[in-house]
Amino acid sequence: MKILVCISHVPDTTSKINFTDNNTRFDSTGVQFIIGPYDDYALARAVELKESMGASVTVINVGLADTEPTIRKALAIGADDAIRVNAEPTDSWFVAAQIAAQAKEGGYDLILMGRESIDYNGGVVHGIVGEMLGMPSVSPVMKLDLVGNTAKLAREIEGGKEYLEVNLPFVAGCQEPIAEWKIPNMRGIMSARTKPLKVVEPASVDSGVKLQQFELPPPKGAVKMIPADQVQELVNLLKNEAKVL
Amino acid sequence: MNILVFIERAEGTVKKNSLEAVAYAHAMGGNVIALALGEMDEQELKALGTYGASKVLHGADPKFNAGVIQAYATIITSAMTQENADILVLSDSSLGTPVAARVAAKLDASLVTNVIALPETASGFVVKRSIYTGKAFAKVSLTKVKKVIGLKKNAAEVKEVGSPIEVTPFSATVSDSDFATRITSSEKATGDVLLPEANIVVSGGRGMKGPEHWGLIESLAKTLGAATGCSKPVSDMGWRPHHEHVGQTGVKVAPQLYIAVGISGAIQHLAGVNSSKCIVVINKDADAPFFKAADYGIAGDAFDVLPKLHEAIKALK
Repeated sequence: MKILVCISHVPDTTSKINFTDNNTRFDSTGVQFIIGPYDDYALARAVELKESMGASVTVINVGLADTEPTIRKALAIGADDAIRVNAEPTDSWFVAAQIAAQAKEGGYDLILMGRESIDYNGGVVHGIVGEMLGMPSVSPVMKLDLVGNTAKLAREIEGGKEYLEVNLPFVAGCQEPIAEWKIPNMRGIMSARTKPLKVVEPASVDSGVKLQQFELPPPKGAVKMIPADQVQELVNLLKNEAKVL
Repeated sequence: MNILVFIERAEGTVKKNSLEAVAYAHAMGGNVIALALGEMDEQELKALGTYGASKVLHGADPKFNAGVIQAYATIITSAMTQENADILVLSDSSLGTPVAARVAAKLDASLVTNVIALPETASGFVVKRSIYTGKAFAKVSLTKVKKVIGLKKNAAEVKEVGSPIEVTPFSATVSDSDFATRITSSEKATGDVLLPEANIVVSGGRGMKGPEHWGLIESLAKTLGAATGCSKPVSDMGWRPHHEHVGQTGVKVAPQLYIAVGISGAIQHLAGVNSSKCIVVINKDADAPFFKAADYGIAGDAFDVLPKLHEAIKALK
């Protein structure tokens, strides 16, 4: 079985977000980059499947050379080889089109990724890839088990979950608790250095989406503290000042 | 300009967030065609006219009751062609967003989700969307003729602008391959206010000390007509189900009022609530970081403050 795991290279969840160049570029000064947390769940499940039933796991990332440490981390966690599409991941459509272009030739049985990246939060790459490849897509998947050629899935819906079955091949956008995040061990880190990482140039794509400018939210006003013995005052403020009751 | 709006179904009724999508499309100044799939309450569909739809299409076949992503994408795409609509507007959700992706790919459309405001059309078509889990925004220009727009909650204000209209039956052609994913069953909390749609959310954290104390959260939520949420540790420990986890890797909420009880306010939790209009934090620890992100705060014991708050709100109602 061949599994493709798509990973994003994103700021750590605790990062302060700032922009430069007249608010047109993300300011990466002092920012730690990680594998997208949802992608990390997808990768962990792929490695579990590899360990339990045998599979090859390829990771793919659309990014410039600075994403290679993130890709190496995915290799250390247990992927066998990697593809980096040498381009800036400007938007969901662009990234999805690059993944689809690479996956077309790969003959993958399963294409896994996070439900969304935590930078642009689009939540659409799995659907576009699925449509482009003519495969079903399911997201957000919180459980994925394989029985022969059939996958049994649980998908989170508002206020509950839905159970589905789908035959391979298909695309899934994953989230917790599909697997436990894996921390690379020393052996994994050593072997990751020599695992194949292929760099390919991007396909030409018109995504139809063009960034104009980033904005930060206005600064939050100071909190109004209310003494614990004056709860009634809080209710009055919520009703008369904030007008939310 | 014809704009198709996808109306999501919730237990046979129109999902509240879909009304915002109708209001958004109406405010854009287009001719609004609403499309609903599966068995749905006829009166609610007619009422879509009140909120701005000029036509309501209904594919009432019970096999569309369950939201199958591919099948919905196929039907919406053919409705757009039939109605000569260049723009699709829908509300982002666990179904809406994946469907939007496939529709955009079928139509080769410009696609953007998490949109929070009406487009600026002075030069081109520019929308503002939330990014970095609500920590920032991006203005993006959509350059293709066809456009698919996914809305975050509160992107438009629902207003009565018309009157009820007749519902037009819509028969959709789907193929077996559109049903390649088979929904075998589902489980859903019934009777509760859904967290992503709620106008008020009451959330509890580790400060609640255990699942046995959740009655305090639930009864307050009930009085307020609110949904209940929780922090990540609480859902990780199994005190509450995963679908109540609010935060960076859980549900992102945008209510009018968010009340956080016994939650310290890790940056990952804040990422899920920073679109709330008003935040109230109740925490024993006066130095809890959540207070910095709050509008109102009470430094006090949840077990002392919550019952008093509940009484005061009951008196108000």
